[in-house]
Amino acid sequence: MNTASPATGVVASSASRTAQLSLVALLGLFVVGFLGFSHLDVVHNAGHDYRHSMAFPCH
Amino acid sequence: MTLFRNAVFTAAAAGLLAGLILAALQTYATVPLILQAETFENAGAQGHDHSAMASEPASDDAGAPGAAAVTHEHNEEAWAPADGFERFAFSVAVNVLSGVGFALLLVAVSEFAGGISSWRQGMLWGFAGFAVFTLAPGLGLPPELPAMPTADLFDRQAWWIGTVAATAAGLALITFRGSVLFSVVGVALIVLPHIIGAPQPTSHASPIPEDLHHRFVVAVTITNLIFWMALGGIVGIVRHRFLGQSRNLGKSFA
Repeated sequence: MNTASPATGVVASSASRTAQLSLVALLGLFVVGFLGFSHLDVVHNAGHDYRHSMAFPCH
Repeated sequence: MTLFRNAVFTAAAAGLLAGLILAALQTYATVPLILQAETFENAGAQGHDHSAMASEPASDDAGAPGAAAVTHEHNEEAWAPADGFERFAFSVAVNVLSGVGFALLLVAVSEFAGGISSWRQGMLWGFAGFAVFTLAPGLGLPPELPAMPTADLFDRQAWWIGTVAATAAGLALITFRGSVLFSVVGVALIVLPHIIGAPQPTSHASPIPEDLHHRFVVAVTITNLIFWMALGGIVGIVRHRFLGQSRNLGKSFA
């Protein structure tokens, strides 16, 4: 794990660290965006109560 | 990609648990109010259409140009879970998925800041998530019940996303920059969306009783608060199993 990585690898792992964490954030944005914002009727209907309960703009 | 995998595991574990908590909270606190609101909606002339949309342009959904002519009764055309268990089951599934989605965001952002080191620190992170995703957008766009009048869907979604982004950026500047200038800019960023103002419906006349809506706003806000505090706390507890020791040990906050 990077917190335990030796100091020599810090610079290299820092770029990869940023890339990997950005990927994690993108995945999260995709999931939340799809569930909360998709204009597909099927997605809207399946998550109808959830969307209202999370105060996502709905309908 | 070890970090990616470990971060996803952390988010999956925490999001699953917090999502189940959220589903349980919604089942008892918000869904009954939604069902009650739907009785007003169904009492209206338009059947189970979200009749408030009658005041909206055709941008609502499906994107089909002809949708406006066919009216907005998308629920009668598209698949929807049957009321009762099926609807409940889909809500639970969506809640768990969204728990994981929000957890992915929380883990990614907090790892950039060194990682959450304890459940208490996690709860502060969770409160930040609540402020960003519930409090800030909810000020301009209070939680809506079915049948309530609303402004154009796309405009509201754009304002919502902008408000969330500005609030998150503002909080980050205040927390991680440690200078007066950045803090002032941070506060300005948080305030800005509310000066611009959320898109509002042309008329607020609604078939939903004021009292019902108020209870719903409180229920949504509180259930989201508990969800975010739980999510942050659980990330703080499970994180070290997947991601090793936090670089933030000993720091009192964030």
